[in-house]
Amino acid sequence: MEKTIFRYSSPGRIGVALPVLDVPETAIPENYMRKEPIGLPQVTEGQTMRHFVRLSSMNFNIEQGLYPLGSCTMKYNPRLHEFLARIEGLSSVHPLSGDSAVQGTLELMHKLGESLCEITGFDAVTLQPAAGAQGEFAGLMLIKKWQEDRGQTHRNEVLMPDSAHGTNPATSTLAGLKVISVKSNEHGRVDVEDLRSKAGENTCAFMLTNPNTLGIFESNIEEITKIVHDAGALNYMDGANMNALLGIARPGDMGFDVCHLNLHKTFSTPHGGGGPGAGPVCCKEILRPFLPASSVEKTEDGYSMRDRTGKSLGRLLAFHGNVGVLYRAYAYIRTLGPSGLREVSEVALINANYMKARLKPYFDVPNDDGPCMHEFVASGAAMAKKGVKTLDIAKRLLDYGFHAPTIYFPLIVKEALMIEPTETESLESLDAFIDAMISIAGEVDEKPHLVNDAPVNTPVLRLDEVKAVKDLCLVEPIE
Amino acid sequence: MSNIPENVRYTETHEWVRKEGDKYIIGLTDHAQHEMGEIVMAELPEVGAEATKGDSMGGLEAVKTAEDFYSPLDGEVAEINEELEANPSLINEDPFAAGWLFAVKTSDDSQFDALLTPEEYKTHIGE
Repeated sequence: MEKTIFRYSSPGRIGVALPVLDVPETAIPENYMRKEPIGLPQVTEGQTMRHFVRLSSMNFNIEQGLYPLGSCTMKYNPRLHEFLARIEGLSSVHPLSGDSAVQGTLELMHKLGESLCEITGFDAVTLQPAAGAQGEFAGLMLIKKWQEDRGQTHRNEVLMPDSAHGTNPATSTLAGLKVISVKSNEHGRVDVEDLRSKAGENTCAFMLTNPNTLGIFESNIEEITKIVHDAGALNYMDGANMNALLGIARPGDMGFDVCHLNLHKTFSTPHGGGGPGAGPVCCKEILRPFLPASSVEKTEDGYSMRDRTGKSLGRLLAFHGNVGVLYRAYAYIRTLGPSGLREVSEVALINANYMKARLKPYFDVPNDDGPCMHEFVASGAAMAKKGVKTLDIAKRLLDYGFHAPTIYFPLIVKEALMIEPTETESLESLDAFIDAMISIAGEVDEKPHLVNDAPVNTPVLRLDEVKAVKDLCLVEPIE
Repeated sequence: MSNIPENVRYTETHEWVRKEGDKYIIGLTDHAQHEMGEIVMAELPEVGAEATKGDSMGGLEAVKTAEDFYSPLDGEVAEINEELEANPSLINEDPFAAGWLFAVKTSDDSQFDALLTPEEYKTHIGE
């Protein structure tokens, strides 16, 4: 195990030399002055570099290999977009700069908003939400505000399928609304009759991910969104799976009224390390008045950052969103162009279907009645009966040098393995992962202890996840 | 195979119900605790809260999943299992006794009689 950096500390070591002061010195008021040292580790640059490189080599990352974490779209992010986002004129802007000093940034933000509206088929956008869950919250609040604005304050129910992402019920609860679950049918799609029976005068909104969390396109989508509209409610699309639809289908055309996009998933920002992300929300014209504050407008004199007032939700963040993620997204959209974006989704679909076809003889794929979209859900239920659970299979994959798929989600599939290869994997890399899965399926029958005891090739062996939840300790005592 | 005691009734959402004096004791079935894995937190209703058949009364968290549990009866929460706050894994260790969740007082005994029998629950979970 690697020690924490505090353990390398020795008094007097130092790894940085601060630049010469080039602004007038101002005295810091006494009450803001620190009375004692804060106990930062005292280490050299070399020690610091080696410590973090060692830590990074214990971690698994997308630069290292295939990372098929379903519904997370762990694709390779081209270095070009990193480079562009770090150009000094972009990376050194300050959110309190006057409009005239940041015209380039404002233009990129405005054009990104227009592009996202075109990709999703909507009329208006906010770039402010800092991540997908905040985008969901903003989107659902738009609908709630719209309902209240037309006097429908009693509508307090949000319908969603039983395959919904966990963030959907969490968002609804945070917005003060009640969750009503709608059943999935035998094909893994929304049970239209169940939806019809539950949509009514108390329905505020319907939340749906399309393609859904089983990687299946909701082929009745026009009927579904019409049922919701006829009940006086609006349709929210969770854009988590947008990587399947770029340039092929648009939520706005399917009858949705609002959707969020996870720019860090679909539009090229490295993610999985805790952020930052960006969750812009696109919506139909009727919801525009309620959008959060902070909007980039095009005027005769250039671009201007304005605070929306009136019926606006107000601010979701102190400033204008995670602008670095917005730069990368714009760079991604412009380098690929319309046909390139469509190809992203086409290849994502082909890769997932190839993987499904090759794995199907070895793993059950429930609800499999045709091609899947960008991901599919296999079930380890038959193997669990032999004493090897999906968790064991996931751990064994680490021994083979792959990140595990999403497991135990969606909840409607027992012992679920949710696999999303993404478009950035080569045929060789897809085959290597499939071969590892087939090899593990053989071990389940012949040498189950190898799977039950996995992982053995990782920096740490099987972790006690229960202890990690119950007795989590993030503080190291320093003598 | 899950433990499905004969002396209690069941719901489709995996609660068990046992009549005890003037109250109904409610807990999570052995099948459900096994599916969830070790439970690390139990959020229980307040004593005196209204219980409505089919409504969520609280939630259980395991390492990888969180599930609501539901009231099988209309009535009022008469008691909760306070031991679970310090030791939620009682639900895994002893689901039908020490791991009970909450108790409901009801004036309508017919709702209890309409709950699933052990045989029906067994069919419901496919065993």
